[in-house]
Amino acid sequence: MRKQRGGASPPFEQVAGNGLLDRRALLGRGVLFAGAAATGAGASLASAAAEPLKDDPWSLAMGSVVPPRQEPSRFEKHVVRTLSNPNHELRNSHGRTPHHLINGTITPSALHFSICHSGVPDIDPEKHRLLIHGLVKQPKTFTLADLDRYPKVTRMAFVECAGNSAPMFSNEAFQGTCQALHGLASNSEWTGVLVSTLFDEVGLDPKAKWFLAEGADSLALHRSVPVKKGLDDAMIAIYQNGERLMPGNGYPMRLLLPGYQGNMNVKYVRRLKLLDQPAMSFYEAKTYSQIFPGEKLVKFNFVMQVKSFITHPSVGHSLTGAGYYEISGVAYSGNGRISRVMVSADGGKSWGQAALQGPTYPQAFTRFTMPWRWDGQPVTLMSRAWDESGLGQPLRAEFVANRGQTEKPVTSPLAFPNQHYNSITAWGIDSKGEIKHVYA
Amino acid sequence: MSTRSLLISVALTLAFGSAALAETPGLGKTISEAETKAWDIAVLPDGTNMPPGSGTPTQGAAVYSQKCAMCHGEKGVNPRPGYSPMVGIKKFDKIDAPKTVTYYEFATTLFDVIRRSMPYQMPRTLTDDEVYALSAYILSLNQIIGENDMMNAETLPKVKMPNAGKFTIPYPDRI
Repeated sequence: MRKQRGGASPPFEQVAGNGLLDRRALLGRGVLFAGAAATGAGASLASAAAEPLKDDPWSLAMGSVVPPRQEPSRFEKHVVRTLSNPNHELRNSHGRTPHHLINGTITPSALHFSICHSGVPDIDPEKHRLLIHGLVKQPKTFTLADLDRYPKVTRMAFVECAGNSAPMFSNEAFQGTCQALHGLASNSEWTGVLVSTLFDEVGLDPKAKWFLAEGADSLALHRSVPVKKGLDDAMIAIYQNGERLMPGNGYPMRLLLPGYQGNMNVKYVRRLKLLDQPAMSFYEAKTYSQIFPGEKLVKFNFVMQVKSFITHPSVGHSLTGAGYYEISGVAYSGNGRISRVMVSADGGKSWGQAALQGPTYPQAFTRFTMPWRWDGQPVTLMSRAWDESGLGQPLRAEFVANRGQTEKPVTSPLAFPNQHYNSITAWGIDSKGEIKHVYA
Repeated sequence: MSTRSLLISVALTLAFGSAALAETPGLGKTISEAETKAWDIAVLPDGTNMPPGSGTPTQGAAVYSQKCAMCHGEKGVNPRPGYSPMVGIKKFDKIDAPKTVTYYEFATTLFDVIRRSMPYQMPRTLTDDEVYALSAYILSLNQIIGENDMMNAETLPKVKMPNAGKFTIPYPDRI
């Protein structure tokens, strides 16, 4: 939109280059719209004339039966997770969240990402037990029904695989959707029993400094967690978005460690053993420890640091012509709440502050939005988030300087060159409205 | 707070306070450590919980050919797609270097993952002797132990891994 200074101009202040508008624009301004239209300024907002209206068939007959459990509309069949192992070969399997096809902050449970290192176990909740033992006064087992009787808490939390966004370690921009790049992070409302409540029940030996959490899956996958985290905000989650956990997300119970790397949030958890040392399990000693540049080896890299990415528009969408669009995306940090998100449409030369859709919860997705009027010229959209600890997403050059990049381009989202990528995502949009992943 | 309500509050605390602090729901079933043995398989870097048994690289090579090579490749190289090699890379000077067993800080990690997770289709079917033998074979392929070194509860935790002590910890205050 042309920037107007006359008294009759609508209050859409451009706050940064290439058409980014003030985040307060278009919110609750119906009266002003009407006024603007009356003065003629509204003409620039008008789209092509609509067809005359008529009733469609679904408006003229009774609809279908109301089912016991709803499925999405048949027109939404494309809104699915992408799979890394659809033929069930003898290896791990990933299902990635289609961030570009959903909105809001809650990931629908059916679309929450899953990584299963040996398939999805079929666990009978009546037979499942959670054992807590080791450096405790009284070892105990708990059934799901037992946990349902304990005081429970409900909270939002994202879970993010340490390998989420890993294709962005590539020295050249990997071409893929938001789903391919960032689909290993999702956000849910979780309900369960705090680990501290259960620690009180068994009585901790003061020598306990770590606990291992182990799943009932065929690998008996286990990770070590500091008791400090257990006493802080760890949870045995038994509900996800109001219903029992999805099998791919840990049914009937999982460990939830808000903000910590996904693999530590052990699914199908059947055992917590209190220890005086970390177990150095396969997944903490090898898979989810990292090689930094200069042969620097890193272990216990718990925290998923602040990240954001624009989901709308992004690869997989195309803009259908110049004019108004809403830019939106998700931001989250393992350190706490998101405090600020800045958006750029000119590849980082200028930035405007996005609106945060509150309330903002710690260690949870926050949706940010930014009104934008595209002039039809090539642009580069980027977002950059900060959390309440003051940390912000590093620019790509900063990130690569610290964490490195591959020598050859990454060509598959199944390649995980490294982990804990949290730099900026940039989408390049050409004059036709086609979108590509770019580095900026 | 008035004197009267303060007195009531003190009286209530005296009557119920300490009991309320100590009280838990008391649910769940008690179990003895002996009854947890079938699940209590994790071994620790200092050798805690290592089971009896032993094995040599030569013994391990035979088990490996039969039960491991189909996925992990002969001698730990050229594995199936989606698997990373267990043998080969010794320097981790590239950020995407395959993490061979040489990468591990403790030999107990190798023993533990074989014992709890392998073979992939039939986990927890190996004998402890077989797990010691396979650990010995893979460590010897990585040239971390000699071809005739026997692994057992005493020797395996003492194996000097090349990367021992080289890992840094980014969040020491969270431990």
